[in-house]
Amino acid sequence: MATNSHALYGEADPATLGGYDEPPPRMGFFTDTSVCIGCKACEVACKEWNAIPEDGLVFTGMSYDNSEGLGADTWRHVAFIEQRKPLAMQDPGVQHEDVDVLALASQGSGTPPEQARITPTTPGEPGQMRWLMASDVCKHCTHAACLDVCPTGSLFRTEFGTVVVQEDICNGCGYCIPACPYGVIDQRQEDGRAWKCTLCYDRLSGGMEPACAKACPTDSIQFGPLDELRERARGRVDQLVEAGETGARLYGEDPHDGVGGDGAFFLLMDEPEVYGFPPDPVVTTRDLPAMWRCVGAAALTLAATAAASFAGAMFGRRP
Amino acid sequence: MSDSEVTRQGLRGTRPDREALIGVAAGRDGEQPPGGDTEFTSYYGRPVINSPVWESPDIPGYLFLGGLAGAASLLASGADLTRRPELARVAKAGAFGGAALSVAALVHDLGKPGRFLNMLRVFKVTSPMSVGSWLLAGFTPLAGISTVSAWTGRAPRWGATATAGAAALGPAVAAYTAALVSDTAVPAWHDGYREMPFVFVGSGATAAGGLGLLAAPAAQAAPARNMATFGVATELTSGQWMEHRLGMVAEPYSSGRSGRYMRAGKVLSVVGLAGALLGRGNRLVNALSGATLLAASAATRWGVFHAGTASADDPKYTVVPQRERLRRGEQARSGDAHTAPPDRTH
Ligand code: SF4
Ligand code: SF4
Repeated sequence: MATNSHALYGEADPATLGGYDEPPPRMGFFTDTSVCIGCKACEVACKEWNAIPEDGLVFTGMSYDNSEGLGADTWRHVAFIEQRKPLAMQDPGVQHEDVDVLALASQGSGTPPEQARITPTTPGEPGQMRWLMASDVCKHCTHAACLDVCPTGSLFRTEFGTVVVQEDICNGCGYCIPACPYGVIDQRQEDGRAWKCTLCYDRLSGGMEPACAKACPTDSIQFGPLDELRERARGRVDQLVEAGETGARLYGEDPHDGVGGDGAFFLLMDEPEVYGFPPDPVVTTRDLPAMWRCVGAAALTLAATAAASFAGAMFGRRP
Repeated sequence: MSDSEVTRQGLRGTRPDREALIGVAAGRDGEQPPGGDTEFTSYYGRPVINSPVWESPDIPGYLFLGGLAGAASLLASGADLTRRPELARVAKAGAFGGAALSVAALVHDLGKPGRFLNMLRVFKVTSPMSVGSWLLAGFTPLAGISTVSAWTGRAPRWGATATAGAAALGPAVAAYTAALVSDTAVPAWHDGYREMPFVFVGSGATAAGGLGLLAAPAAQAAPARNMATFGVATELTSGQWMEHRLGMVAEPYSSGRSGRYMRAGKVLSVVGLAGALLGRGNRLVNALSGATLLAASAATRWGVFHAGTASADDPKYTVVPQRERLRRGEQARSGDAHTAPPDRTH
């Protein structure tokens, strides 16, 4: 029976809490949005691998974003934000004549920041436009509200510490949907059940990395053991801040945050709400013990009310 | 592809895009502004959380009927104990009918209604819907036995036991739905978790009292009137307190469609209660007041339901309080830094 009622918040290893004796290391994503180029390869790879139906052919006017947000049929979503803030110089007329391609090739794939004309760390003039892109996904929370509230046990914790829906059990009650503090899981209209990212549970079980991480051409999406990812992310954010990109910050990496840390966390260049993330999410079940206490008090009040109603009728005038 | 036609009067059906302006002259029409409001930022004004997919009338009906059933079971058992057989029969039918219809409404709202029994696959205290399903699974048959026995006069001992059993579960049946809606990320529901159970049991008592006034003879209706009085008082005071405590998050409780339902609930409950208190003894006035109280309870449930949806759909209610919380946290931390000297050893 899958309840973890004594551990509703705080730092924890979710797989151990979920009842696995010797789980493999917790796996997750580190999405470094500073190198995202908005190619949407992750969206496509996810749809292909998981056979997700089409999610609406619309033109939203939201920059290059036409998939709008995460939902039952969008498990990776690339956000596009246009801002009048300096980040990279957007210079269309880059001259290539004096570039020695062979020398560049011999130096390896990465251009050192001081030589790159367009990097997140090369500030442009004030008033320049910058374009932020970020690939959003289910956070695979340490304390996952969706999983806690699911009445059928359809949502479960895998040995990798991820959160997965068992579609053969879900009865479409829809409780998980408003419970998720990030607006991730949703109901698929034509079939009635709830769907979301599985962190490619099938691929993980076969020793492969998730489809989106595999497809990402810039390694904006990195997959691996969460401990390693956290360490790498801290190094990366320091590197960016040192290079002058003071807006760089990690989101969802802190095991002491309101959901006990995310299995899929992010490096952002601006406030979380700019990307559509909640700035300070808290797992709703953290307050559930207090809720049950209030419910108990109200139930007792009702019982007392009923008793008083009859007692009152005895002393009062009849009828 | 163009759908325009050439006619004697000129071109017909040309698309407006032909006059579309470009560049600065076009302004930013047709493009979404990246942020919604000046006081907070959002991603193109889109909601942060996903709105409940629950539908009206299923889910507000489920909340209303559950409250009615739970409170009615208490009325039934009290009526049995104080020998008010007519009131008991009415209340028992209300408890059973309310519970059965409440379950039916929940099942109807499921994406896969055929799998409703999966609700009883596990028992999870972390899921108020699981707890509620088990409660209803125990309550409904008990209320059913109690009703059948009361209306047919058969198996009185079974009937009495079942009535007592239902009454033992009744308060929980009336109250758990408050935890159900509060245990979500929906700001207007979650943040109100302290008062919501009182609003809900109050609303349940109003409904059950209303049912007693509506259907029981005046000579036996006094406890129902008392229960409705308690119900209205609890519902109104706790609702008021909740709106006060929640601040801006409570806006949907007083504005828009949800605000209209909430106001209707308040007006109807005051009118219904006044009728019940002033017209005591008159069968017709009792019945009208009872019906008004039932409607009041339903209006409150519809109001709470729509307030939740409205607060989920507007990113403001998610972002602004969380920002505020972060800001306060930062202040508290910098406050600490003033009192305790910062650790400078590294
Ligand atoms: S982000 Fe939402 S859907 Fe994903 S694990 Fe957390 S609560 Fe569940
Ligand atoms: S919709 Fe499915 S996965 Fe979500 S809470 Fe209900 S049964 Fe669980």
